[in-house]
Amino acid sequence: MIINPITNGIVLDHIKPGGAMHIYNVLKLGNLGCTVAMIMNADSVKMGKKDIVKIFDLIDINLDILGYLDPGITVSIIREGVLAKRIHLELPEEVHDVIKCRNPRCITSIEQELPQIFKLTNREQRTYRCIYCESKAKDN
Amino acid sequence: MRSLIDILDLSLTEIDELIETGLDIIANPAKYAHKCDGKKLATLFYEPSTRTRLSFEAAMLELGGSVLGFSEANSSSAAKGESVADTARTVSCYADIIAMRHPKEGAPLVAARKSLIPVINAGDGGHNHPTQTLTDLLTIKREKGRFDNLTIGLCGDLKFGRTVHSLICAMSRYENVKFVLISPKELMIPEYLRQEYLIDKNIDFVETTDLVGVMPELDILYMTRVQKERFFNEADYLRLKDSYILTLDKMKDSKPDLAVLHPLPRVNEIAVEIDDDPRACYFKQVFNGKIIRMALIMKLLEVE
Repeated sequence: MIINPITNGIVLDHIKPGGAMHIYNVLKLGNLGCTVAMIMNADSVKMGKKDIVKIFDLIDINLDILGYLDPGITVSIIREGVLAKRIHLELPEEVHDVIKCRNPRCITSIEQELPQIFKLTNREQRTYRCIYCESKAKDN
Repeated sequence: MRSLIDILDLSLTEIDELIETGLDIIANPAKYAHKCDGKKLATLFYEPSTRTRLSFEAAMLELGGSVLGFSEANSSSAAKGESVADTARTVSCYADIIAMRHPKEGAPLVAARKSLIPVINAGDGGHNHPTQTLTDLLTIKREKGRFDNLTIGLCGDLKFGRTVHSLICAMSRYENVKFVLISPKELMIPEYLRQEYLIDKNIDFVETTDLVGVMPELDILYMTRVQKERFFNEADYLRLKDSYILTLDKMKDSKPDLAVLHPLPRVNEIAVEIDDDPRACYFKQVFNGKIIRMALIMKLLEVE
């Protein structure tokens, strides 16, 4: 199989090795009509190994979700075969409907239609907490 | 429009202003008797409470306003499945300010995000109880005359005790405050509180199971009840409920001006023999609670 260069589309580079599939699922890339290529465990000078996702269309990508999942990702926007923009992600201040609060005492446990909002409370330790009950994202 | 969901929603300056207003209300009650004429407070209480609800209602009545609301979820539209947000929005059309208590953490925040009028968190599960904290602060101010340079012992249920969480958040903002956290291992403070409000902010604190051993160093002893309603497992509650019972004997090595606080209701964690001791301040807290809620209602309604 040959992966052609992108004419109009998006390249997600420097994904932690093994992370491409998760990003594919979270961004629901399987629902797109266009080609999506995943390159996994590629050699990287900077990282040793990395994953890459190539999306062969200029879709709207939720950079907050990507930043939360892996702030090391580089997003390149390609237009007419030329690099139009490169975005270095950072941890978003808030993420909406990506993490689910697991605290049975949280209001979200009985009102499922509420937006699941987590706020960055410690940038160094990448700690996100539910805005309603303050439970920590990863161990709640 | 302001709401009060977390004690940290208030700056130290705003807390000082509320305390000053509270002290002025105590000195000149007649001056405040008509400050809220024509205003209505809605008390939306989804779980039972006597003290807090009556305190809010008394506060509004003493300001010349009136009150409406419900005192249990079964007598509200929640029983029909109405969301907190919808209830808050609906009540916004009937009242000028809401005081909400809810067993689930974060419910008052949900209400505040949709309400058209100020919302006061009157206790959300084991999470926050900012007006109790304001009550505690007014009591500390009246008993100690300061908020800094204090060693504060917190004893009992530090895991689910929302008053403890809010008080730690509030007092950790003052200079040279040390916390002595006295609890059984199962009821120690939650991880987020230890990490983000104490360790990350370099606040001096110790955790211990020994109440009598730390008694001599305390300026304030904040007792709490082990709350049955916070346990999913009754066996755990029964095992822990009598962990700490304060008696005059246990207080014999305390500082003479120790102030014993308790958010009430008490079950058996403070022996009745202490009630008439000058170190007992928990019934003064009840009075202070009504006063500080008067000050808060005026502030959020922007009444001059």
